[in-house]
Amino acid sequence: MLILHCPYCGIECDETELAPGGEAHLTRHGPGASDAEFEAYLFERANPKGVHFERWRHANGCGKWFLAARSTTTLEVFGTYEAQTTEPPAEIVEKIRARIPGWEARP
Amino acid sequence: MSKRLEQGGRLIDRAKPLGFVFDSNRLEGYAGDTLASALLGAGKTLVNRSYKYHRPRGIVASGAEEPNALVGLGQGARFEPDQRATTTELFDGLTAMPQNAWPSLGFDAMAVNGWMSAFMPAGFYYKTFLWPRAFWKHVYEPVIRSAAASGRPPQEPDADRYEHFHAFVDMLILGGGIAGLQAALTAGQSGARVLLLEQTPHWGGRAPVDGYEIDGKPAERWIAETLATLEAMENVTLRSRTMGAGVFDHGYALGYERVSDHMPGDGAIRHRLWKIRAKQIVTATGAIERPLSFAGNDVPGVMLASAMRDYVVNYGVAPGEKVVVVTNNDDAYRTVLALIDAGLEVPIVVDARDRNDGPLAREAMRRGVAVECGAAIMKVKGKKRVEGVMLCRANGTGGAGAPVKCDAVAMSGGWSPVVHLWSHCGGKLTWSNENAHFYPDPSRAPTGADGKPFVSTAGAASGAMGTGSVLTDAASNAAEACGAAGYAVTASAAQAVDAEEVPMKPVWVMPEQALPELRAKMFLDFQNDVKVADIQLAAKEGYESVELTKRYTTLGMANDQGKLSNINGLAILADSLNAEIPQVGTTTFRPPYQPISFGSIAGEARGATFQPLRRTPMHEWHERNGAYWEPVGHWRRPYCYPKQGESHDEAVVREVLATRNSLGLLDASTLGKLIVKGPDAGRFMDMLYTNKMSTLKPGKCRYGLMCNENGFLSDDGVAARIDAETFLCHTTSGGADRIHGWMEDWLQCEWWDWKVYVANVTEQWGQIAVVGPNARKLLEKLGGMDVSKEALPFMGWAEGELDGITARIYRISFSGELSYEIAVPAGEAMTLWSRLLTAGREWSITPYGTEALHIMRAEKGFIMIGDETDGTVIPQDLGLGWAISKKKDDYLGKRAQERSHMTSPERWKLVGLETLDGSALPDGAYAVGEGVNANGQRNTIGRVTSTYMSPTLGKGIAMGLVHHGPDRMGEVLRFVATDESVIEAKIVSPVFYDPDGEKQDV
Amino acid sequence: MSEAVTALGGASSAGPVAQVEERALQGMVTLRGDLSELAAAVETVTGCAMPDKRRIVQAGDKAVGWMSPDELLLLVPYAETSQTVAALEEQLAGRHHLAVDVSDARASFRIEGPGAREVLARLCPADLSPAAFGPGELRRTRLAQVPAAFWMEESGTFTLVCFRSVATYAFDCLAGASAGEAVGFLP
Repeated sequence: MLILHCPYCGIECDETELAPGGEAHLTRHGPGASDAEFEAYLFERANPKGVHFERWRHANGCGKWFLAARSTTTLEVFGTYEAQTTEPPAEIVEKIRARIPGWEARP
Repeated sequence: MSKRLEQGGRLIDRAKPLGFVFDSNRLEGYAGDTLASALLGAGKTLVNRSYKYHRPRGIVASGAEEPNALVGLGQGARFEPDQRATTTELFDGLTAMPQNAWPSLGFDAMAVNGWMSAFMPAGFYYKTFLWPRAFWKHVYEPVIRSAAASGRPPQEPDADRYEHFHAFVDMLILGGGIAGLQAALTAGQSGARVLLLEQTPHWGGRAPVDGYEIDGKPAERWIAETLATLEAMENVTLRSRTMGAGVFDHGYALGYERVSDHMPGDGAIRHRLWKIRAKQIVTATGAIERPLSFAGNDVPGVMLASAMRDYVVNYGVAPGEKVVVVTNNDDAYRTVLALIDAGLEVPIVVDARDRNDGPLAREAMRRGVAVECGAAIMKVKGKKRVEGVMLCRANGTGGAGAPVKCDAVAMSGGWSPVVHLWSHCGGKLTWSNENAHFYPDPSRAPTGADGKPFVSTAGAASGAMGTGSVLTDAASNAAEACGAAGYAVTASAAQAVDAEEVPMKPVWVMPEQALPELRAKMFLDFQNDVKVADIQLAAKEGYESVELTKRYTTLGMANDQGKLSNINGLAILADSLNAEIPQVGTTTFRPPYQPISFGSIAGEARGATFQPLRRTPMHEWHERNGAYWEPVGHWRRPYCYPKQGESHDEAVVREVLATRNSLGLLDASTLGKLIVKGPDAGRFMDMLYTNKMSTLKPGKCRYGLMCNENGFLSDDGVAARIDAETFLCHTTSGGADRIHGWMEDWLQCEWWDWKVYVANVTEQWGQIAVVGPNARKLLEKLGGMDVSKEALPFMGWAEGELDGITARIYRISFSGELSYEIAVPAGEAMTLWSRLLTAGREWSITPYGTEALHIMRAEKGFIMIGDETDGTVIPQDLGLGWAISKKKDDYLGKRAQERSHMTSPERWKLVGLETLDGSALPDGAYAVGEGVNANGQRNTIGRVTSTYMSPTLGKGIAMGLVHHGPDRMGEVLRFVATDESVIEAKIVSPVFYDPDGEKQDV
Repeated sequence: MSEAVTALGGASSAGPVAQVEERALQGMVTLRGDLSELAAAVETVTGCAMPDKRRIVQAGDKAVGWMSPDELLLLVPYAETSQTVAALEEQLAGRHHLAVDVSDARASFRIEGPGAREVLARLCPADLSPAAFGPGELRRTRLAQVPAAFWMEESGTFTLVCFRSVATYAFDCLAGASAGEAVGFLP
C-alpha cells in the first residue's frame, strides 16, 4: 500500500485516499504548437525503471493535487511537493542523487 | 490406530465433552480440541483422499501447514470449503465433510487413479489433453472437474458479518511464540505502540510442548507471566486467533482475526480484517518441520514428528500405539521421549545419520528405545493406514528391507523458518548449510518509503534454532526495530540455554539411491500428489526454473503455498540439475500466508452497503410510486413509472405524450452543478468550453461543450451567468465529480495564478423540470415569481421565491417543450415536488423518467454524452460547429481538433435516420457498404448511436454517425441486425420534432 | 416558510458501545479564498478565530473548520445560513473569494459512546488513536467508499459530514460498524 505525505494538509495518506494523475511536469502545448510538440505533450510519457515524478490528488481528503518523486522499483519516496512547480525542487533532486549517484532527470 | 489417551492434554478440558459430526458419523471430542485432534482422538486416521490419485490420506501436521485434512465445514449459509481440520477449533455441533471422497472415504471409486499413477506423470494434463480442441469443453474438462473433486462452493448467501479495522502502530509483531512474546516485551518496554498477533488461540508456540526452561522456570510459566506483563502495558495490544496474513509496501500489513469461528452463530462478527500501518514489522513466525521423502510417506498414520508430539502433549491424543520414528536430526527424539512418557511404544528410531551419541539419543536409549543409525525407511506398508515399515540402509538403493510392525510413523526432515511474511514485500533469503534451510538475510530486508528496512525477524523465523538463541535474537532484533521506529531500548532477553544437539544431516531422498519404483511413491506435495519422480521428470524435460517447475508439476500450489513441500522439492530439482540449492532458489511467497475468507475482504461492502447508492431528495417518492430504476453512475434515476398492468414501453409512451400534450415532471436533481467564481472566471470558462462563455450576460444561459485535450467531446450542459464574476455550470448526471476534478486540475496544476474558485454544489439543489405546454400555467398557479415570456424568456434564469420556497428557475429545455428547471435547496425539493403534483392535477401532470427524457431529446436531435459520443467523437462530427468559437485563441481540445485526422472530411458525421418500414433500428447497428476490409469483413459506413420508437411521431427515429453523412441526405442505407436481417433507413435531418424550436420559445 | 428536511429524518441506531444518529439541519458555508486574508471576516461573522491546519474552532453555536489551504467550512445555525453568506460577501467585498451555502448538500451524523473511535476506525483509513486524533481536530478522509469529514468534541462525540445523496449508505455503514462489541484496540 503506497503511503504518501500530502504537502498541503500534512496527512500521511494511504493509496485509498489518493487518485493517481500520471506523469508530472508536462508542458502544455496548445494552438500554435507543432505536431511533434503537441503529440509529445499528449502521448509521450516516461516509463522509467527507477525515479519517476508523478501527480497524485488527495481526492478523499483536502482535494489538492501534489507531486511525488518515487522509485518505481523500490517504491522509495524521495519527497512530495506542491503542484505549483514546473520542475522537481532542488532538495529532492539532491536527495535522489544521494541515493543514486549520478542520477540525471530526463531531459 | 489413533486414540485418546487416559491422561494428559494441556489444552483440552475433559470435563467439557463436545459432540460433532464428521462424514456423517457422530463423534465426541473435548473443549480445547482442534477438529484434527478430535478426529484422531476418535480413532479417525483416514480423513481425506488426495486430489489427483485419490489416495487415502491422514493428518500429517498440527497447524497451518496441514496438506491433507481439508474439510467442508458447516452447513447451508455457514458452509465453507477448504477448511483445515488442524486450525479449526472444535465446538459443539460442528459438522464437517471430507473434501475429496466419493462415494465415501472408505471406498473411493476414483482411487483407481492410484494404480494409474504411472500413467499420470508430471505435466500429465498438459501433455494428454492437448487435442482435439473440441474435446476440452465436453470431455476433458467435465471429467477432470469431477475427478479433481476439491472444495465445493457454498450455495447460500453467507449468514455471517465481517468487518475491517484500521490500526496504526509503531511495532507490529507477527507470531506469539516465545520469540514474539520476547519481541513484544522488548518493544513494549521501549514505549512504542505495539500490536502482537498470534494465529492460534494459544500463546507460546511450541515451547510448552518441547518443555524448555526460560529464566529458570518452565516455559509455560514464563509464557503466562510474560503475557500478564504485556497485558498490563497500556501501549501493547495482544491478539490471539489473528494471523499475520500479508506484509505490503510502505509498512502496511493485514491481520486476519477469526473472532467467532470457534462459536459460530452467536451473533458476533465472524472475521475481522485488520488493516495495519506499522513503522516496523517483526515476523516471529517460527519454523515448520519438513517431511522425509520415503516411499509411502503419505499413508495415513505417517505424521510429522513435531505434530505427533503436539497431539500427545496438547490434546492427550496418540496418533498410534506403536510408532516408528524416522529422522535426520535430534529434535525428533523429543517426540520419542514424549511418546514414551505417554506410555506408547517406540519399536525403533531410524536415524539417517551415521552415528548419534548426543544427549537426546542417549536418553532415548536409556529409556529402552532401539536407535538404528545410518538407516532409512525403504517403504511404508499398508494402504489405508500404516501397518509397518521396511527398513534399509540410508545410503543404499532400498533392496531387501527388514520389516518392523507399527501403526504410525513420526518423521522429521529438519526445520525450515517460516519466511513467507518476510518475503511478501521483497525480503531476500540465504541458505544455511548447517540447518539445510533458507533463512532471511537481514542485509536484504524489505525497504519502505524512506528506503530503509521495515521488516525484521525474530527467533526461529530468523533461523535461530535453540531456545536461548531464539530469545536473544528476538530481543536484539526487536530492540533494533524499535530504534528504527524512533524508540530507544536496550535489548535484554530472557535467559535460556540452547539444548545440545548433534548436527542434522540433509536427507532429500530416502534411501539415497532409491530405485525408480520407490521414488514414484515418495510424496513431496501431499495435497497435489507431486512425487520425487515428478520433479525429476520435469528437470529431465528441461524445466530448470523453479517457478516453471512449480507450475508444470503443481508442486506447492493451492493451499500448501510452499509450507511443507518447498525445500524438499527444491532439493530434488537442484539434485536433478546438478546444481546447488541456493542457485535453484525458491518460488515466490505471496500473501495471504493462509487463505482468508472472501467475507473478510469484503468487510461492510455487501448487501445494502455493497457500493454507495446516490439518492435524490425525491428517491423515496419514486420508490413508493413504482419507479423502475436506471443506474446512472452511482445514482438511481427512475427510467419510467409503470402503472398497474402497464409495461415499461407503455409507461414511456404515456409519459412522453402527457408531457408533449400537457404537463410532465422530471426529477433532474442529479444534474451536475458547479460554481465557477472569480475575476478570471470568464477566461477560465472560455478555456473549459469550446464556445465563448465570457460574453454571456448575467441572467442568461448558454449550452456549451467541454472537450478533453485529445479534442474529444467529454461533457455538455447549460451554463448560467450568475453575476459578473460567477457562473453556474450544469454537467451531465454522471459527469459532475469528473468535471469538478477536471476544473480543479487545471486551476491547481496549470493556471494556478488565475483567480478562480470552484465549488461543487450539485447536491445543494434539488432540481425539478416542469415541462410541457401547461408548464407556465402551473408555476403561475403556485405563484411568487413572474415566469412570463417577457420576465423569464427562453435561455434566461431568475431567482425568487416560488410558493414560498427559495428557487432559481432556468428556462432551458431538453425536450423541445416549454420548460422550466427549478432548483430549490435539497431539503425542500420534496415539498416542492409534492406541491407541483397537487397543483398540476388539473393538467394531468405526469412524472416522467429517463427514457421519456431520452426519447424527447432524440426527437429534437439533441445529442447525449455517452450515446452520440464514445471518447472518439469530436463536436465537429456532431454538427455542433456552431458551438465552437472561431474567435478564441485557445480552449481545451482546440489544438487536437486541428490534427490532420480530426479535420479529415472522411470522418463519420451525425445524421438522423428513418427506417423505410417505420420500425426502430437496433441500437449500435452498422450500415454496410461495398466490399470487404483487410480482414475480410464487410466494410461499414456508419452506425446507430441512439434509436427509439417515437410516440410523438409514431415511427422509429434514430441518430447515427455516417461517412459523409450530411452530404447524403435522402440516401437509403442498409443496417444489419445481429440476426443478420437487413433494415433499410433513410438519411434525414436529426431534428425530427419542431425543427424551428417554436414550442420551447413561447 | 421553510419546511426543509434532512436526508434521513433523524435516523438513529444504537449498538452496545456506540450510537449513531443523523443530526438536525445544520447551516454550512463553504468559504474559499486566501486564508490569510479571511481571518477578520470569519471572526466577525462567526466569532471564531482562524483554525490551524486540520483544526476546527468553535464559538457558541458556530464553528469554523479547516478543509484545505484555501477552503474553510463554516457551521452556523441552519436558519442563519443565507445571512452568513451575505455577511461574508459584505465583509469580503472586493477580495477574491467564494462563499456558498452547502447546508442542503450534506448529511451529518453524531457518533457517540465509548466505542465511537472504533466505529470510525472500522470504516476510515485514519489513525483514530488519542495520540493522533483528539477534540478540535478535523479529518477529511473516506468512510468506506465515500468521502467524509469528521471532528470530535470535548465530550468524545464525533460529528461526521458526508454528501447528502449517500446519507443512507453512510448511515448503514455507521450503523453496521456500531452494531458490534468493542474491538479493544482504541480507548
